[in-house]
Amino acid sequence: MIEVKGLTKYYGEHAAIRDLNFAIDRGEVIGFLGLNGAGKTTTLKILGCVLLPTAGEVTVDGIDIARDPHEVRRRIGFLPDTPPLYSEMTVGRYLTFAAELRGVPSAAAPRAVAEAEEKTATREVHEELISSLSHGYRQRVGVAQALVHKPKLLILDEPTSGLDPVQIVEMRSTIKVLRGEHTILLSSHILSEISQTCDRLLVIQHGEIVAQGSEQDLATQLGGGGTIEIEVAGTSARAIEVARTVTGIGDCTVIREGDGVALLSLQGAPDLRPKVARALVGNGIDLLRIDRGAARLESIFLKLTKEPEAPAQ
Amino acid sequence: MKATLLIARRELGAYLRSMTGYIIAAAVLIVDGLLFNAFALGGPDKLSAEVLSLFFYFSSGTTIIASVFISMRLLAEERQTGTLVLLTSSPVQDWEIVLGKFLSAFAFLALITLASVYMPALIFVNGKISFGHMAAGYLGLLLLGSATLALGTFGSAIARTQVLAAIFSGCIVVALIVCWLLAKVTEHPLNDVFVSLALHGKHFPPFQSGSVHLRDVIYYLMVTYVALFSATRVIESRRWK
Repeated sequence: MIEVKGLTKYYGEHAAIRDLNFAIDRGEVIGFLGLNGAGKTTTLKILGCVLLPTAGEVTVDGIDIARDPHEVRRRIGFLPDTPPLYSEMTVGRYLTFAAELRGVPSAAAPRAVAEAEEKTATREVHEELISSLSHGYRQRVGVAQALVHKPKLLILDEPTSGLDPVQIVEMRSTIKVLRGEHTILLSSHILSEISQTCDRLLVIQHGEIVAQGSEQDLATQLGGGGTIEIEVAGTSARAIEVARTVTGIGDCTVIREGDGVALLSLQGAPDLRPKVARALVGNGIDLLRIDRGAARLESIFLKLTKEPEAPAQ
Repeated sequence: MKATLLIARRELGAYLRSMTGYIIAAAVLIVDGLLFNAFALGGPDKLSAEVLSLFFYFSSGTTIIASVFISMRLLAEERQTGTLVLLTSSPVQDWEIVLGKFLSAFAFLALITLASVYMPALIFVNGKISFGHMAAGYLGLLLLGSATLALGTFGSAIARTQVLAAIFSGCIVVALIVCWLLAKVTEHPLNDVFVSLALHGKHFPPFQSGSVHLRDVIYYLMVTYVALFSATRVIESRRWK
């Protein structure tokens, strides 16, 4: 769906992004991860045909964005970090305007608007003025304008920015609804957000892609291979002994033990969870909880974006 | 062209839904009315054609000022609020965005200008004027407004805020008006250049007195075209920055 080769963008003398290379397949949900100023927004703006690159080649659905940006824009829906909303319009009028602007015929616009409102759960505010909406609704109307013309590619820059926990959950379910219908590229600071909604991650640091792949791939690349957290009744010794019999499980660490409950961290891919569970239960150990390592993505992110230490003087 | 009309329709709706639009319209009509009453109708006895000419003279001033204020929001506000991205990420050419914005402002200015028609119509009560004179005067006001709005659109494209946009376009408009005065203090051939550039002193008086010259029409249309073309180039250049 997207092919990026040698993408570079300079703002004056400063390189915002340098020689980016990546590809995204149709239907994938990709998370774009990076610290502030890493070059996420610049990259998304170039893919959204808002900015032109200084060098490099980007094709969306086989069309070069520099040669035929007009045609590319028909195929994309773009939500910038601040939703582009006209506060004096009602949600319905605004979405109709966005739909017609993106080439939806006037006769088909009401249906397209209704579908977009359905997917983003904004139907109930159809007649409301945008200026009167809460931040969460504004963000969802922003997503609705991006998908109202049914684009093949949806680019969402920080869709959960500034949302409260309830609104984040709502936005997450909105993105899940869109999965499958669109190829989605989203950036976020919230790591759990990326972890829960994306198939693959692109980690950008100082304008360069430092890693790409699934969470599992990245963990493997960084030598971690992932972790599994288990909570068992009783002591940790027997559970460790049994867990180690499962092929692929490495070091076992006791995180917490007491009151007849032990919390352990097992070095191993999260895919091994069913095998570990069967082994524990088969050996008569009461398994209270099994999950992937909670802090995993954070540690991957920190490793990837860690500044190199300055040489000693 | 469909996108141009869509943008123009939305923008015109924004003028009509905002207080700013009504404040500008009310201010123009009040000032026009006061000046018409004080200077055109008042004072020593005048011929009806002179009264009408004075009305257009004062209206040209309010039209210029109103145009600067109407156009200041066109692109600068979109940039300020971040809504310009909606247009620049849509399958719309940059010239369509600029033209749509300009057309909405022109339609709004035309509504205000034509709302003042009752004033020259009052001359019919005690005098006699030709419809041709009125039509020429209003054509002149609309052409002058079109040129000033286009300059304002350019000012709005280069500015980050509406206030800066008003200042930039105000400076450009004043510079073009002052060309008429500069022509009087400079020698040939420089004075010819200043005369032909003068936004008001050279090109508006014929309309004011009921004459329509092709050279004046072409001048205002050229200013409009060049200013809109420049505004489009500014928007295009932003994609490179």
